[in-house]
Amino acid sequence: MPDTTTVIVGAGHSGLAMSYCLAAQSVDHVVLERADVANSWRTQRWDSLRLLTPNWMTRLPGYGYQGADPDGYLDAKQVTALLEDYARASGAPVLGGTTVTSVRAAGDGYVVRTDQGSWHALTVVLASGAAAVPVMPAVASAVPAGITSVTPAGYRNPDELPQGGVLVVGASASGIQLADELHRSGRPVTLAVGEHVRMPRTYRDRDILWWMDAAGVLDQRYDEVDDLVRARHVPSMQLVGSPGRTLDLNALTSAGVRLAGRLAGIQDGVAQFSGSLPNVCALADLKLNRLLDTIDAWAGMPGERPAPTIVRTAPLRLDLRSGEISSIVWATGFRPDLSWLDVPVLDRKGRVAHDGGVTACPGLYLLGMPFLRRRKSSLIDGAANDAADLTAHLVSHLDARAGGRERRAS
Amino acid sequence: MTTTETPVDNGVNVEALLGVRGVLPDTPEIAQFKWRSTVDWVNGTHSRSHVETFYGFNDEQQHHKRFSYDIDHPLQFAAQDNGVTPVEYVLVALGGCLTAGVAAVAQQRSIQLRSVKATVAADMDLHGILGADPDIRNGFSGVSVSYEIDADATADEIKALVAQSQKRSAVYDIMTNPTSVTVDVI
Repeated sequence: MPDTTTVIVGAGHSGLAMSYCLAAQSVDHVVLERADVANSWRTQRWDSLRLLTPNWMTRLPGYGYQGADPDGYLDAKQVTALLEDYARASGAPVLGGTTVTSVRAAGDGYVVRTDQGSWHALTVVLASGAAAVPVMPAVASAVPAGITSVTPAGYRNPDELPQGGVLVVGASASGIQLADELHRSGRPVTLAVGEHVRMPRTYRDRDILWWMDAAGVLDQRYDEVDDLVRARHVPSMQLVGSPGRTLDLNALTSAGVRLAGRLAGIQDGVAQFSGSLPNVCALADLKLNRLLDTIDAWAGMPGERPAPTIVRTAPLRLDLRSGEISSIVWATGFRPDLSWLDVPVLDRKGRVAHDGGVTACPGLYLLGMPFLRRRKSSLIDGAANDAADLTAHLVSHLDARAGGRERRAS
Repeated sequence: MTTTETPVDNGVNVEALLGVRGVLPDTPEIAQFKWRSTVDWVNGTHSRSHVETFYGFNDEQQHHKRFSYDIDHPLQFAAQDNGVTPVEYVLVALGGCLTAGVAAVAQQRSIQLRSVKATVAADMDLHGILGADPDIRNGFSGVSVSYEIDADATADEIKALVAQSQKRSAVYDIMTNPTSVTVDVI
């Protein structure tokens, strides 16, 4: 069994950032990747998708955007090319086509089994992503036969869906973008809206992420927030990677998309929507205004505020057997897939328990999760700081281990 | 929110509530509650309901006394008006739940309340319960709650209290989302 100091699982932006930082500290490691670098960007992105963050913000350790369009947004092919170039330029030791089948503690390290043989490592970094598997709510099983169900991971473009009405469930980044695209394709769209994060693309003539970056909002640390559980479950921002274009609920309703409350149930083929739509919109408007207050305080002057979200009378029921709805898009989030992790670090809901990416098992780390160590941890731009912090922790763990050995030997 | 010299006190023991939340990760089972009431028919549309016990925190629990409620319909319904109607109890429950939430959230956010007043109203079309029109539902066609709040806080902070209270309200959730109900005869 080959030995290495660190196994990184996953060659996306997080795993590659970690590899870069470990190499800078001369920590011997491999990056195990089930397919190729940036696999999810090759296989799980719809055609029109672009990053939510502008190009200048697409930063990784040792890499900054040098192209001619700093205010543009990369599409999935460009992100794939960027990560391939980054892996090549940084000499990341990526072993592609290597699927991890189990990670378990062994001696003072870990045995990582793969379909290409096993590795022994003193430390393991889980970087296989927060968004590995699309999540569908339990009510999805009650959808009547004959209705096409898709998730954002499987969806490519409107041509794949049958003609006719679409119910888009979920109004975060994926849901609003697909509702907009499907509406433009000529299909009547109903959008089921639960809690969401309203965000204008620009504020006072700059990208909203420029303000959040400059004012330090994205640098807020995980040990500084009041309610970390809540902070780690905040849905993605209602943004689309298109210069100057705000795609909020007001934009969708004025284009002709019909809003409904959160999908609360399906009974006898009839979808039932929550009556909480006015409140989730009020919550999102108030939260946005608090963010803009923070930006104004940092900038020292107020800006023009977006109009409140307009909530018209929303349907509480929609008969899915009437023929009005031909397909349902489940934009209801993603979860990690760590089913191969055989180390007792999972909480009762099957999530890895961790303190800023450091698990209770010495030498086992987690990277690339929402608000792992900072608000920006869920963005590509967050990987640099998080990987640097975890590398520092990992190196001190190795040093302490080596020191202990020397002390025992003497 | 304003910082005053006297500590904010809305009479809510937020520490106790946060204490419960703090121990949930290790003892999730204590969160499993069961609420109960009984009802006895008196006469006509008049019945009397009692609430005394509940289950939670891993044990049988008891209110400090047995609470009783008369339920009836008004004279306009050719009834005796021995108590408010069942649908009005729903309004009482919603207003009570949201207002308790406002107080708790205000305490948590260090906002001193001076007065909180809510008007709860519901629209209903009697065609439904009278069976006169199958297209009209029995229940409310809409519910509105209007708050007047005097507190040491900005207008947006007060709106945020009310919004957060809705987000964490059991009765608001019960009214805005479907709930499975089974009724049997033993």
